[in-house]
Amino acid sequence: MVLFQSPAVRVALSVAIATGLYGLSFGALSVAAGLDLLQTMALSLLLFSGGSQFAFIGVIAGGGSGISAMSAAALLGIRNGVYGMQVNVLLRPSRWRKLAAAHVTIDESVATATGQTDPAEQRRGFWAAGIGVFVLWNLFTLGGALAGNAMGDPARWGLDGAAVAAFLGLLWPRIRAREPAAIAVVCAVVTLLAVPFVPPGVPILIAAVMAAVLGLAGLGPATEGLEPDVEPYPSGSDDDAPGPGSGPRPAKHSRGRGAGA
Amino acid sequence: MSLWGWILLACAISIATKFVGFLVPAKLLDNPRMLRVAGSLTIGLLAALTAVNTFASGQVLVVDARVVALAAAALALWLRAPFLVVVAVGALAAGLARLLGAA
Repeated sequence: MVLFQSPAVRVALSVAIATGLYGLSFGALSVAAGLDLLQTMALSLLLFSGGSQFAFIGVIAGGGSGISAMSAAALLGIRNGVYGMQVNVLLRPSRWRKLAAAHVTIDESVATATGQTDPAEQRRGFWAAGIGVFVLWNLFTLGGALAGNAMGDPARWGLDGAAVAAFLGLLWPRIRAREPAAIAVVCAVVTLLAVPFVPPGVPILIAAVMAAVLGLAGLGPATEGLEPDVEPYPSGSDDDAPGPGSGPRPAKHSRGRGAGA
Repeated sequence: MSLWGWILLACAISIATKFVGFLVPAKLLDNPRMLRVAGSLTIGLLAALTAVNTFASGQVLVVDARVVALAAAALALWLRAPFLVVVAVGALAAGLARLLGAA
């Protein structure tokens, strides 16, 4: 089949498998946070943005209110709007396709598409990664949620440690340069300082305001934090394919995570 | 509003955010300030979520087995482990630390 000879599709499939698998951890952590199976699936099917989904359940798990959880998820999803602009420029989808394209506009599909130079390959990479991740992410969310339901007390299994690791894992690829690392440290400190004084969940929103102020003040290069948190292409192969921000990339990514072409 | 309400509202906002990106003029992409705010928001929120999930217990700051999970996850990330391995390492580290008597 010609599709499987496309380098973008091959990359997209391995990205989809790797990303889909960590739907397991989302499903398990979501039911541990107190959401039921249907609520967990609603997040994966409809919200469909890993970082925002983890943010939502992370706030709930910490005792935060629904409105704090929703706000954290919404703010973390703003980058998807920026990705949307980039995908729109890149793929020029027809009007009716825009809605479908928008739904699968996530870190993984954007990274796969922007790593290609040929427009046809960009299109194939975007759709293959977007649809592939959507299908597998939802299947594995279901599996993780069912497993989590069977496991019982989250602390006994170290699931609270898993949540910590998941957030650090989402943050890690975005803080390789000095300015973004500084933003991360400042926001983490501000959050912890706020914890004793405001209801759970609110410290995260205070950190968001802090981050926005730092961004407005011009701290850090323009594209920091807007690079998708996946690296579908091995380092060295993407020299002529700038990331979604198309701006100066900080350190060349050297991590070989994700797929090999 | 019930938890369901907030979940569905979060879903609606997510869908709308993505879709709006396809509707606004591409010229916005040339606005470095907008990109910078979106980027620093992402970093700041993820850092805040990491911190809260590690040290907060309700409105109290505590040091418990989750710190061990954070350190173990950082080590795994530094060794370039894939995401799912990092998460498993975090769970394992917290579980072991509790077994050894950490709160």
